[in-house]
Amino acid sequence: MNDITDEVKPTEVIKDAAISMRGLTKKFGEMIAVNQIDLDIKKGELFGLLGANGAGKSTIIKMLTTMITPTSGEARVWGYNVEKERKEVRSSIGVVFQDPAVDGMLTGRENLDFHGRMYGMDASSRKARIAEVLDLVDLTEKADVRMQDYSGGMKRRLEIARGLMHYPHVLFLDEPTIGLDAQTRRYIWQYIRNMNKDLGITIILTTHYMEEADFLCDRVAIMDNGKIVALDTPENLKDLIGSETITLETVEGKDALMQILPSFPWIKSINASNGTIELQVDHAQSRIPEIMLEANRNSAVITSVSLHKPTLEDVFLKYTGRKIRDLPGSGSSMANMMFRRRG
Amino acid sequence: MIKDLYAIYSIWLREMLRFFRLKSRLFGSIASPFFFLAFLGMGFGNGASLPGIPPGIGYVSFLTPGIIGMTLLFSATFAGLSVLWDREFGFLKEIMVSPVSRIAIVLGRTAGGLTTGILQAIIIMLSGILLGMKVPSLQGFLLSLVFMVLIATTFIGLGLAFASKMEDMSGFSLIMNFLIFPLFFLSGALFPLDRFPSVVKVLAYLNPLTYGVDGLRYSLIGASAFSPAVDFVILGASCIALLSLGAYLFDTTEVN
Repeated sequence: MNDITDEVKPTEVIKDAAISMRGLTKKFGEMIAVNQIDLDIKKGELFGLLGANGAGKSTIIKMLTTMITPTSGEARVWGYNVEKERKEVRSSIGVVFQDPAVDGMLTGRENLDFHGRMYGMDASSRKARIAEVLDLVDLTEKADVRMQDYSGGMKRRLEIARGLMHYPHVLFLDEPTIGLDAQTRRYIWQYIRNMNKDLGITIILTTHYMEEADFLCDRVAIMDNGKIVALDTPENLKDLIGSETITLETVEGKDALMQILPSFPWIKSINASNGTIELQVDHAQSRIPEIMLEANRNSAVITSVSLHKPTLEDVFLKYTGRKIRDLPGSGSSMANMMFRRRG
Repeated sequence: MIKDLYAIYSIWLREMLRFFRLKSRLFGSIASPFFFLAFLGMGFGNGASLPGIPPGIGYVSFLTPGIIGMTLLFSATFAGLSVLWDREFGFLKEIMVSPVSRIAIVLGRTAGGLTTGILQAIIIMLSGILLGMKVPSLQGFLLSLVFMVLIATTFIGLGLAFASKMEDMSGFSLIMNFLIFPLFFLSGALFPLDRFPSVVKVLAYLNPLTYGVDGLRYSLIGASAFSPAVDFVILGASCIALLSLGAYLFDTTEVN
């Protein structure tokens, strides 16, 4: 089931899935933001929606978290209908929004306490749980600092802690690491992975970072123009692209090398231009020594060798016809940055 | 139901924490009614009785209930509009995805706005007494609290209605200049309504604050243009209408 268009789509929502969507659609005026999505997310899964800004990821999240109502179609979260059983859906989920959603006038602890109150937790269970979730994201020491003095990464960590506060079954993370530095991103990834693996929480995250989806997710859905264009594990998706590429740069002996190389059965294709030779190979790392040895034997001089493994970026390119970086509005736009500074 | 009450209390608690932490807001919101009261009061003097004001009642006594009304108008409308701040800073989303009912959210905010509004109103009342208004009787004071609650709730509803329909803060100064200030000036807070030409008088009669200020005058200084029962019924009706409207619009608002 590499390509969902080839799949026979089930017609009814699955009630014991963590999340089930059938024909889910959202239109804003004439613009179709989310177009006829059919998707099931299993309990305990760490699922990623990958796509550029405007692909429809956040709109799906907003419908699933009852913030906006679908134009048509059906969606169930933890078995509850997102339109008819909003309160039950809201009790089952935790949400970490794309933009900070904390009260900067309150301390981290007070934000968590407010959250616990809104979910009907009593004083003693709030107190115990606050200590637990603060510990989980390493913010115990900063708990009594007003959140307006938190850094972006600290705010995000506190929001993740808050999302977990009321023991949700499903946690939604909308662009969890947008606008954070590389180191903080690594930390956040670790927290996310631990929550999923150790606590067994079903997690749905959206991202436009390929490496994030690749590193974290059990399955990834690539979205483009409101539709899912590919859906599978990151490994299977990358396998679709095929082999790895070895690029050799030669100064002399290129012709001799070109004579020899076709005799290796494990080379799938050869592409030569000017001084470079591109080879399509499986398990490329272990083949490089052989190539070097053969080059030496034929007195060919190789000045550099590079290896390219398929990435989700290549998969994205294949399915959408463009790179995610090329898209307008991708990354943290100026407007986004400005919103981020406040709050 | 119990959960909803607890949520109302929690939202109220948050409003209190914010209010007492934002010292600048606390002083800022009390400063302008205080200056109105102090400078208009001193300027006209408490001894002089202006035309239209019942004889024997000094200007400060006449003005203080009006300025209490002003305080409540401003602080209550702001409390309703504070949904806009939450929207701007993202916190509204946190509240809206929680399993708390919309009506509990509205009531929690209303309770918060009421508390802060009435607190400020009482500070203004004490200032008025310092400047020369007679200390009201206990019954008078208690009755004035009833009118304060009604005024505050009315305008929290109004602020909430506007905040639910506004995308961002850009319309804020429009609301200030074309809604709040006219409501204030057309309420008879500063001078008797008789001074207005009849066309303007009609507008004043359509203003809920007019009845609020009049009810406060009855409670605190024993002089009023209408019967206090009329004040109570009209203000009570607009209170129910505007709070319902605000709650309805807030309930149907989508968060993006």
